[in-house]
Amino acid sequence: MLKFTAEHEWLKLEDGVATVGITQHAADQLGDLVFVELPDVGAELTKDGNAATVESVKAASDVYCPLDGEVTEVNQAIVDDPSLVNSDPQGGAWFFKLKLKNVADADGLMDEAAYKELIA
Amino acid sequence: MSSAESARNLEAFLDDHSALKQTPLHALHLSLAGKMVPFAGYDMPVQYPAGVLKEHLHTRAAAGLFDVSHMGQVRITAASGTYEDAAVALEALVPVDILGLKPCRQRYGFFTADNGGILDDLMIANRGDHLFVVVNASCKKADLAHMQANMPGCSVTLFDDRALLALQGPRAEAVLAELWPDVTTMKFMDVRDATILDAECIVSRSGYSGEDGFEISVPADKAEALAKALLDHPDCQPIGLGARDSLRLEAGLCLYGNDIDATTSPIEASLEWAIQKVRRSGGERAGGYPGAARVEEDLQSGPVRRRVGLKPEGKAPVRAHAALFAEDSPESPIGEVTSGTFGPTAEGPVAMGYVPASLSAPGTRVFAEVRGKYLPLTVTALPFITPTYKR
Repeated sequence: MLKFTAEHEWLKLEDGVATVGITQHAADQLGDLVFVELPDVGAELTKDGNAATVESVKAASDVYCPLDGEVTEVNQAIVDDPSLVNSDPQGGAWFFKLKLKNVADADGLMDEAAYKELIA
Repeated sequence: MSSAESARNLEAFLDDHSALKQTPLHALHLSLAGKMVPFAGYDMPVQYPAGVLKEHLHTRAAAGLFDVSHMGQVRITAASGTYEDAAVALEALVPVDILGLKPCRQRYGFFTADNGGILDDLMIANRGDHLFVVVNASCKKADLAHMQANMPGCSVTLFDDRALLALQGPRAEAVLAELWPDVTTMKFMDVRDATILDAECIVSRSGYSGEDGFEISVPADKAEALAKALLDHPDCQPIGLGARDSLRLEAGLCLYGNDIDATTSPIEASLEWAIQKVRRSGGERAGGYPGAARVEEDLQSGPVRRRVGLKPEGKAPVRAHAALFAEDSPESPIGEVTSGTFGPTAEGPVAMGYVPASLSAPGTRVFAEVRGKYLPLTVTALPFITPTYKR
């Protein structure tokens, strides 16, 4: 199941674990990324708290945690090559995996149609 | 978002932007899909569709065209009609040798305050019988008032009917030569009159990127035709203010308001190279400008702090206003980063900032606080790139 936030993150939900990344729209707005900082594996994150930082030449931007949970895995590939986030934001350039505290919380997020309407 | 909300946001947007001034190239920026932002009271392109990173690299590889028409272009003419009288009058405001500047040459300088701080930095050109200076957009009103009040016997006029284009990069000469072949005879910091596409231009071989290049003052009504003709060259791309900032930072050049301001003395800012011998203690025209005592004291005894290049050891950019520390702890604050970004050509983060003189030697390790962490940086000689000025 694919969900979206108003902060331009996507979540792919599988067995109570959400793979989280930023949307194509967000990547386009940010421009070419030159630096990515990801949370530590094992970190307990809360909804709307800072989860990651992305930087372009121009500015640093925060990536917020979409739901409460624990980080189980991070994508080192985008740390090593931040340009992957620009080329494949909704595929290989995921940010981190989050074991959700309450799986039902995801129901409150947008589906793809609602997100597309938001950015239209 | 509701439609009522959208309408309100649109109104707010129009309000914000309608208050902004436009340069003569505004329509061209929109036609090139420039991303417009407010800058120093103007609606300016921060980037074009290529984006800051590619625009930066293109400028260093080929040629980039920048609209810098927001900057103040000022003509200073003495009542006597001689260059010398205008030069002497300006020397009362800047610690720079203006009288010794040869015709058709320009140099860098700054207006100083009574406390020795910097009111603005500027380029100053000898135009034979008058001076032509270019000042920062954010300071131009104050600079104009300052010159008009303190240069008695001089007429100080803002050219608000001229645009200013910067053409920068290793292919800049070849691009401009298509329209004006004489450009090849100019050297770094030369200033010439040139008729380009029927427009009476003032061309200087200078810029703000660390590359060879030109700044072209052109009548407002002919600016778009000139910009389009330059952009017609396959090596020339439009470049926004975003890349202008990363280019100048790699080149170690100061941004007024960030790296220098009314609280920084020229010597603290490591700009003593711009104060010629003739204006220093023992020189023929020593002192005689605001804050001369402070500047002399800094020259004699050395300043308390220094602007230095800072190379973060890791990959994280360290940006303006990051606090600097002697150790990786909050107990040892020593200064602040004044400019910082990722340098596309340096292929890593680059920064500038102020540190105590005792910690200003290249190779010294300091720390910056970034998101609660203390990241190591090395004090580094500026610039971060090798400039390609045609001397």
